[in-house]
Amino acid sequence: MLENYFPILLFLVVGFLVGAGCMIGGWLMAPNRPDKEKLSPYECGFEAFEDARMKFDVRYYLVAILFILFDLEIAFLFPWAIVLDEIGLFGFVAMMIFLGILIVGFIYEWVRGALEWD
Amino acid sequence: MEFMQQQFEQLFGVEWGAMLFTLATNMTFIFTIIVPLLLGVAYLTFAERKIIAYMQIRVGPNRVTFFGIPWLRGWGQPIADAVKALMKEIVIPTGANKFLFILAPILTIMPALAAWAVVPFSAEMVLADINAGLLYILAMTSMGIYGVIIAGWASNSKYAFLGAMRSAAQVVSYELAMGFALVCVLMMSQSLNLGDIVNGQQGGSMLHWYLIPLFPMFLVYFISGVAETNRAPFDVAEGESEIVAGFHVDYSGMAFTVFFLAEYANMILVATLTALMFLGGWLPPLDIAPLNMIPGFIWLLLKIAFLLFFFLWFRATFPRYRYDQIMRLGWKVFIPITLVWIVVLGLVMQLPQTVREGFPLNLWF
Repeated sequence: MLENYFPILLFLVVGFLVGAGCMIGGWLMAPNRPDKEKLSPYECGFEAFEDARMKFDVRYYLVAILFILFDLEIAFLFPWAIVLDEIGLFGFVAMMIFLGILIVGFIYEWVRGALEWD
Repeated sequence: MEFMQQQFEQLFGVEWGAMLFTLATNMTFIFTIIVPLLLGVAYLTFAERKIIAYMQIRVGPNRVTFFGIPWLRGWGQPIADAVKALMKEIVIPTGANKFLFILAPILTIMPALAAWAVVPFSAEMVLADINAGLLYILAMTSMGIYGVIIAGWASNSKYAFLGAMRSAAQVVSYELAMGFALVCVLMMSQSLNLGDIVNGQQGGSMLHWYLIPLFPMFLVYFISGVAETNRAPFDVAEGESEIVAGFHVDYSGMAFTVFFLAEYANMILVATLTALMFLGGWLPPLDIAPLNMIPGFIWLLLKIAFLLFFFLWFRATFPRYRYDQIMRLGWKVFIPITLVWIVVLGLVMQLPQTVREGFPLNLWF
């Protein structure tokens, strides 16, 4: 069973090596002549006037939090979907109750405007 | 095969020989996947330029030849592009975190390639036949976002940072819609193994493909796939007119090309998964004499090419969405649709087995 995962591990290593190989190839073949102007961060020709590690909109946090919640929901739905034929009506009703609770949360987010982007 | 294994065991001893033999066979298989995949990525860029050109009534790249053969004019273009990218300087801006700046493209392409480990190309041609195949693919496609965020942060540029934030929020939103659509596929197939999902669509004709009972989920999955790979019309993350190129604005040369490769490899992956889960994978559209003589592998390639054509067609046709419109489509349209569909499909699943088997088109008629 677990030995089926060996090719995946190997594939991850090969994928890393393809990426690293491309970068090393570029580093070996390409010229490297830096100067102060070339290395300055791109801001449409102007000098950068503050650091780029700045504050950002709280809505990105909100999306990330909602993603964690809903991704967990998907994690619970996957095993349920696979055995749905065996657990029958009882399993279906149980999941509908779970989904119902989450949908109440979703409606709350919607009404409070957590999904608005303007 | 047996003979090769014996040779290995004679050379390296029984224990080491067996291990090295599995390593060698797996590596061969991996390279027979990766090399055509990278060539496919290169020629997808060529196909994109050509097809969009013809849609705009012009010719597209038609100058660079291959070995000087006149009727292959244009076909050398991707190779020439690759060589050019290799010769360009990789600029690392001041203030950038050097280690993360170089690591980010590698982190993007690694999952984009590694996801192919579980993709079945026909009934027997699969590298890792694991039972959690779909879950693995979902995990790998989520991994790609790390590269984007790290790239945007490490460049120390405001455009790159904004592009990375936008791209991350967009990708995770559409990942949810994709995940819910996948739950519907799983309810039909009762398995996470991609080979089993395709086999569940057998039944003589294309009426048994999941495309028909799950048509709205097919649309949600494919459109989310377009959004997830940041392709037009959902490409605000790299919107040229506002934040120039998004998270890879400060990347150049080969470092930029690796991001580009990863994006196109992800496009091919989304098209492949859509073909496997909704269009019957390697199954012919009709199980009759001339059609089922063609190897399944060819059918899968045709379906992938058909879906990839849609990616290019969308790009040539639609204007770019605004960012708030994208997020509204993901959260307020796709997620409710998929949730409703899960409930409806769950209700249909409660019907007795005999009733359901009588109607392969169970949800529509």
